[in-house]
Formats: sequence, structure tokens, C-alpha cells
Amino acid sequence: MIEIDSITKRYGETAVVDSVSMTIAPHTITVIVGTSGSGKTTLMRMINRLVEPTSGTILIDGADNRSIPGYELRRRIGYAIQGHGLFPHRTVAENIATVPTLLGWEKSRIAAKVKELLSLFQLDPAAFGPRYPHELSGGQQQRVGVARALAAEPNILLMDEPFGALDPVIRAKAQDDLLAIQKHFGTTIVLVTHDMEEAFHLADRIAVMDKGRIVQYAAPEEMLVNPATDFVETLIGAGERPFRLLSIGAVADAAEAGEAEGEPIAAASSQRDALSALLWSGREALPVVGADGARLGRVTLAGLARRAARPQ
Amino acid sequence: MTFRIDKLGVVIAALLAYGAFLAPFANFRANRIVPGEARGILEALPAGLGAALLGFAVIAIVVVVLKTPTVFRLLLGLAALLALAILVGLSAGHLTPPENTYARVSPASGFWLLSFAFALLTADALARLRLSPLARVALLAAVAAAAAGLLVSGAWDGLSILKEYGSRADSFWLEAGRHVVLALGSLVAATLVGLPLGILCHRVEALRAGVLNVLNIIQTIPSIALFGLLIAPLGWIAVHVPGAAALGIRGIGAAPAFIALFLYSLLPVVANTVVGLAGVPRDANDAARGIGMTDGQRLFRVELPLAFPVILTGIRIVLVQNIGLATIAALIGGGGFGVFVFQGIGQTAMDLVLLGAVPTVALAFAAAIVLDAATELSNRKPGRAA
Repeated sequence: MIEIDSITKRYGETAVVDSVSMTIAPHTITVIVGTSGSGKTTLMRMINRLVEPTSGTILIDGADNRSIPGYELRRRIGYAIQGHGLFPHRTVAENIATVPTLLGWEKSRIAAKVKELLSLFQLDPAAFGPRYPHELSGGQQQRVGVARALAAEPNILLMDEPFGALDPVIRAKAQDDLLAIQKHFGTTIVLVTHDMEEAFHLADRIAVMDKGRIVQYAAPEEMLVNPATDFVETLIGAGERPFRLLSIGAVADAAEAGEAEGEPIAAASSQRDALSALLWSGREALPVVGADGARLGRVTLAGLARRAARPQ
Repeated sequence: MTFRIDKLGVVIAALLAYGAFLAPFANFRANRIVPGEARGILEALPAGLGAALLGFAVIAIVVVVLKTPTVFRLLLGLAALLALAILVGLSAGHLTPPENTYARVSPASGFWLLSFAFALLTADALARLRLSPLARVALLAAVAAAAAGLLVSGAWDGLSILKEYGSRADSFWLEAGRHVVLALGSLVAATLVGLPLGILCHRVEALRAGVLNVLNIIQTIPSIALFGLLIAPLGWIAVHVPGAAALGIRGIGAAPAFIALFLYSLLPVVANTVVGLAGVPRDANDAARGIGMTDGQRLFRVELPLAFPVILTGIRIVLVQNIGLATIAALIGGGGFGVFVFQGIGQTAMDLVLLGAVPTVALAFAAAIVLDAATELSNRKPGRAA
């Protein structure tokens, strides 16, 4: 649990972050979105004190984050940034081992952790451990960056546009990996981005920032249905709303009883994917199957249309 | 079959042609001070050898002008340099009348041009071969060993420069020691002071411009002027600070030379440290802070290892520069190879000048090769060398 209480950061006369208060529930993904210069990165960097606030407090699990030295605090909080920030003179294994080494873990424990994380990120430990970062592709570097952030098993992971430098295909994969990792470790993730698509895909709660203030802090559905201001509405993109609404719901929730012809669609996919499949195949309905292959019913064009409409 | 022309080869061939057929190979003088008489290759060498060398030069000209395999060119260059080194020693025995200890034989412009041309050929071939750093150092060691072998074997004993050496062998090694101590000692001192100063300049932006400007100004002071500037304050310290004189601090001598070299060395060390640290990727620095490194850990584990190749380049500049500059120290009684250079100028004895100049150049050349190799190694395995 992260409790931010009227935190303010001023540079000279300008307040980059202006009296922001918010509570971030444990084991959730919170995405902070906003335009450049909105203060979203500064807000996140005050959580691990890379930026010291001008006023206000931040409590992490009830303890003031200024009760221990900044570097000790940061060793307990994972940190991943755009362009990965790997150390070019250290191997992948040494990069991942950085924080455990700083914490003075035993060698065998560090080696086991490095191996576990590389496997978790689908990188063969024997092949990738001894390589240098420049020998990896962009997507692999990014995965190593996140693995390094998670090496000391932090409860909290801060991510600053972690997927910004990736191409769309790899980015989508990286986002799905992150969701899986979050489920696996139950980490509380705070992620900063300007990509609304990413925000709606990942977030349990979204905080929209503008000119140093939080204009809306809500669950994605709530934000779509009731945008607090015109700015939030613009940011979401008025034309995108029905599709975003579908993209945050699973096909399983839209499944109806009945039979249908054609290529079945997985219950875990998003309703947006189902709409896309329906439109592309030119059918009114498609069968829905569960992870085990069992038929769960069907999803229909009319049903999805009702779900995409503004709730009354 | 078509023949293609090598551009640099044309230049080398021109040098070879002039050096072999037009310029004198050796200089003969009745004693060490009178002007010499030039001797061409055929006069300077025993009959068969002179003709053989001319024939070899003609073949070499053809080989270098055409595009020939690089390894072949390298071997030709090395073989030619070795042959020249041996032949110039033989010419001394050939030209010196028997039982005459006053006569002097020294290499003349033809010999130097031929050597330069073949050295150029060798260097060009080496550059094209892209030898690994360790192979380059090994080659340097081999060349040094060959030169040492020729010296010890007595093949060059007839040459004027070694006759000068023969009459002052003891002082040669004493001055050599002083030269190395001056050049290396001031480098070590400059590194010990310059590295922390560079780090400080990197961290404290307000300091950077000021410090670098002051060091820049020091670099522009001519060395002799700097020696002169140091005489008064060091003389005052020697008289007024107890124990200073006992440490060897005086207005003239080794102390001002050491201090001047130290001051000249600071700029490359500090500037390269600042540039190297500034070149550390922002992301890596931000990540280092973000995952909980203290400032010290960030400096020693991330910034310095990444800046190390650039810092090493600065140290290379300083070492080569210092080996050359230390020659001037002799002017104020600081010792070093400069002693022979300035004595030789005073006596109009060019051989004595060479006795000081040749080892200085050889030393600077060797230092450059070794440190270049070290820089390349540290670049290739970033961090491992630090």
C-alpha cells in the first residue's frame, strides 16, 4: 500500500507536482498517464525518492519513505525505465544480480535468483547470462531490465515508460508478460506512460495527470463512462471509447448461450478482439471456447454492440 | 592479368628511389666536429653489398607500387629495416680507416629516407592487417629485442652515435633513469591529482569551466617560460621552508622540471576524465541511482569503468607528451636525455644530439604502442579491465 498525501514538488516558482494525494492498493497495477510535462514521472520518482518532495508525505505500508536513507529505500523498490538502462559493461547475469549484490546476498542465492528470473522471462540462463546487453535485441534488453528490477523480490515496482522504445509487436508481448509476472509475484506496480492503449490494457486503476494535478483517478471502466473533465475525454479519445470499453472486458463475460459456426475464439481474449474477429469473418456470431477447449457458448455482434454502448 | 597501383606505394617508391640513388648513404668525417663528406651506397658499402642493396631497392620499388598481398609487404618492410640496420653498421667498418679512432661515420639522409620509407610500408601493412593489441605489443617487443641484439652484438659499434655512447656509457644510463623518473613520476602524480579533480569537475558543474580554463592556460605557457616562472617561488621555498632543500627542492634542477611536467599533464587527465564521465549513458546512471546505488557505488561500479577507456587515452597523451617534454628539463639541470641533446648542440656534435634524441623517440613510440593496445583492450572488454 502506497499512501501519497498532498505531495508537492516545486522547481523555483513552478509546481511540477501540485498537492497530489492518492492511495495505491497493494497487488494492483496503477498507471499514471498524462501529456509530457504533466508531472507524472516526477510524481513516480518521489515514491522512491529519486526526487525529494518540497512538501507532503508518502507512506509505504504505513512507514514514511523518509525514515530510511534513499538508497536503502530504492533497493527495496524495483525500478525499470524506458531504454532499459542496463549497465553496458556488465553481463546480463551481473546486471540482474546488481541489487542482490548490493544487499549482500550469498552467491548461491544470487545465482539461483538470476536463473529463476531469466527462465521466467523466457531467456535461456546458460545462453543469455554471460552475454553483454549490446548483444541482445531491444525486446530482450527490456526483459532483462525488468528482471533486474525484480531481482531483490520487491513488493513495489516502479516503471517509467518501460515499453516506450519497443516496436508494437514486441510491446504487446511485453505487456502481456508484465501482466503474467504481476500475477506470479503479486507485485504492486506503478507505471507511467503517455500511451492510453497501454494504460487501458494494463491498469487496475488509472490516474490522469495534467499540469501537476490528478484530474481523475479511477478504474478504467469508470473513466470511460464518466470522464471527469474534457481533458480526460480528449486523452481517452472520444472516437475510441466504445472500443476501449470492449478492450477491457474479457470474451468470457460477453458469452451467451447458443451455438455458432466458424473459428472459435478464446474466452480469455478481449471483447475487442472478438468484435474484430466477427467483423473480419463477416459472421453474426462466433463460438467461445475455454482454455481447456470446451465450448462455453457464443459471442454475437449484437451482444458486443450493446456492451460497447454508453451505459445508461 | 591486370596490375593495380597502390597509392601510398607510389609515395614510398619515390622516397626509395631518391634515398637509394640520389641521396648519400653515410657521412664520413675525419673527426667528430668537422663537416662530413657524403658517401653514396656504392662507396659506403663493401663492393658486392652496395650493388645488392641497390638491386633490392629496385625490386622493393616494384613491389610497393603494385597492389601486393599485405603480409608480403609487411615481411618486405621488416626484412628491409633489419638489412638497413645491419648494413649501416657494416658501412662504418668499411669507411673507417684501420687503426683510426678519430674518424666518425654516421648514417646520412639516404639511410634515413630508406628507413623512413620502409617504416612507412611496415606501418601501413600493420594498419591494414588490424593486428590484435597483444600481437602489436609482441611485435614491438620483437623489434626491441632485435635492436638490443644488434647493440649487444657490436654490429653498430663503428657508428659515430655509439662512439659517443662509448665515451659516456655511465652518464647515459644515469640520465636515462632520470628521464624515465621525470616522465613517469610526473604522470603518476598528475593521475593521482587529476583523476579526483576530474571527478569533482564532473559532479560540480560550477567548478568545471574554471578548472579547465586554468589548466588550458597553463598548457599554453611555453616550457622554458614555465621553468623560469618556477625558479623564483621554488627558490624561496628552498630557503624559507625547513627541510625543503634537503628534499631536493631548488629553483633549478629536477624539482621545477617535475612540477612543470606535472602541470602540463593535468589538462589531458582532467579533461579526459570529465569527457569520459560525461559520456556515461544517462539511462545507466539513472538506473544505477534508481536501483539503490550510493553515489560512491555509482562512481566506482558504473561511471569509472565506463569512462576508463577515455581516461586511459588521456594518460597515453600525457605519457608520450612527457617523454618528449622531459628533454627540456636538461636546460635547468633536471637531467634526462636532454643533457646529450644540449651538450651536442653546444659542441656542434650532431652524433651527441642523436644519442639524446633517438632513445627519446624510441621510448615515446613504444609507450604509445603499449598504451594504445591497453586502451583497445579496455574498450573491447568494457569494465573487465578496470
